[in-house]
Amino acid sequence: MTARTFKEVCAHSLMRTVAGFVISLAFLMAFGLYLRARPILVTKPLEELLFHTVWNPSQGQFGLANFIISTIWVTAIALIIAVPLSVFTAIYLSEYAPAKIRNIARPVVDLLAGISPVVYGVWGILAIVPIVRDYLMPFFSEHLPFFPFASDNYTGFCTLTAGIVLAVMTFPIIISVTEEVVSRVPFELREASLALGATKWQTIKLTVLKKARPGIIAAIILGVSRAFGETMAVLMVAGCAIQGFPRSIFDPAYPLPALIANTYGEMMSVPLYDAAVLLAAFILLLVTMLCNIAGWGILLRTERRGM
Amino acid sequence: MNTPARPHIMTEHLTVHYGRQRVLQDISLAIPDRQITAIIGPSGCGKTTLLKSFNRLIELQENVRVSGKVLVDGENIFDPQIDVTRLRKKMGLLLQRPQVLPMSIFDNVAYGRRIHGCKNRRLLGEIVEKYLTMAGLWDEVRDRLHGPASQLSIGQQQRLCLARALAVEPEIILCDEPTSALDPASTQHIEQIFMELKKDYTIVIVTHILRQARRLADHVLFLYLGELVEHGPAHRIFDTPQQARTRDYILGIIS
Ligand SMILES: Nc1ncnc2c1ncn2[C@@H]1O[C@H](COP(=O)(O)OP(=O)(O)OP(=O)(O)O)[C@@H](O)[C@H]1O
Ligand SMILES: [Mg+2]
Repeated sequence: MTARTFKEVCAHSLMRTVAGFVISLAFLMAFGLYLRARPILVTKPLEELLFHTVWNPSQGQFGLANFIISTIWVTAIALIIAVPLSVFTAIYLSEYAPAKIRNIARPVVDLLAGISPVVYGVWGILAIVPIVRDYLMPFFSEHLPFFPFASDNYTGFCTLTAGIVLAVMTFPIIISVTEEVVSRVPFELREASLALGATKWQTIKLTVLKKARPGIIAAIILGVSRAFGETMAVLMVAGCAIQGFPRSIFDPAYPLPALIANTYGEMMSVPLYDAAVLLAAFILLLVTMLCNIAGWGILLRTERRGM
Repeated sequence: MNTPARPHIMTEHLTVHYGRQRVLQDISLAIPDRQITAIIGPSGCGKTTLLKSFNRLIELQENVRVSGKVLVDGENIFDPQIDVTRLRKKMGLLLQRPQVLPMSIFDNVAYGRRIHGCKNRRLLGEIVEKYLTMAGLWDEVRDRLHGPASQLSIGQQQRLCLARALAVEPEIILCDEPTSALDPASTQHIEQIFMELKKDYTIVIVTHILRQARRLADHVLFLYLGELVEHGPAHRIFDTPQQARTRDYILGIIS
């Protein structure tokens, strides 16, 4: 073996080791969490942990349902707001905006993606909480006092606020991935549609979006996983209290990530407490991982099909 | 020049710039009705640009500037009152690589009719059959009309694109090197279809294959570096070209 091939082999195996290490880290983490959550999984049936609403660790009651429902609420609100707005923004940017606007908007969107969640949290407290408290909540409780708007939480720290802040945080990823897949639809395909006498909007709606659909779905899934796992901003604006089953978008929410961040490390003397919180972390990791795998899987598959 | 019959498309002093670069220069020509006109010339001489001026697809390019006139059926297509979708409906387009739409074979052919407002399923079914037959594809796909069009072979895809273009009932078919991505058998198939279609359609075909132009064309336009060097009946261009540059190109001296 010459020196060069020796170096080649060394470099190869070194890189393989490092890559393998980094990739297995994710699995090790999942496995570690599972091991630490196991004590509670063997003492309590899974359905009790997932579907019971009573969270009272000192009494040995570890129902995660309220936290899970909170997470779903907050994520759903975020998506209802974020998906249409960011998909339309992305379509505007890639199809209609002049190059000048596009070239400004792209880095701004990337910048938004890089801002620390704490900043979004502060912005939520300063801007969104007052709006929800002073305008939305009074308006809804006066005019639409029924599910899912009826609430007696007048603080402004609530599910809706968290959803709005999360929506703004998921904009960048949905916009940039959607914009990318939409602008990767071949120019000739648009020509083919236009040449048949289609208008620009018909072409976008019937051909471009159809072609880009898997990519847009992937973008949304990636957005979901961001909203689902986001902790800090939610912690700051969601109210983080459990007042029974969260029924209203104006009730406080207490999503899983906030639960973990708030309680892990405290009251560790309570038996099984730490296992319960780590179970929450395990669920979170699992769902986020699945979302990411699904999202990238769809993207890669459409890429391989030659989009 | 002995321009035959009624011209279907005419240009008058058509000039196209991309930014500062002039790509077509003062082109005046006439394309005869219901014949096959071939646009030939070396790579980069502006053939595609000329073709896409006819249905105003050229306007999609950035920084493009067009002056002069293009008359289709005597109407100036750059007139602001012209409805561009109506104009494009008059002209089918085949591109170099077949561009099937991301939907089923049936929906591809029905696409044009649907966007122009046809919703009747039975009628659409008849249209799809009629034009797939005309494009010589019906027998090959009749059992999988609702399967994805992207699974067809490239040659079949190009015929599907032809059926799709014919289904909006155009009068003109514009083709930009329609066979350059195809194998010889598919090429021959497409050429045969063109020979039949020219009874009813005006066909404009960009090609860099001289033999193809000889086989198909009634009328030839020779472009060189954005200039229309010579045009006329095919036999005259090929047998007794008037210009030295045309002769050199046909003999394969310039390319
Ligand atoms: N969008 C564009 N922007 C700037 N220049 C362009 C653009 N499209 C084409 N050109 C230039 O215009 C000239 C003519 O291009 P065109 O595509 O019409 O040539 P062509 O005869 O079709 O060539 P080919 O046989 O290679 O297809 C070329 O020099 C090309 O580089
Ligand atoms: Mg070309």
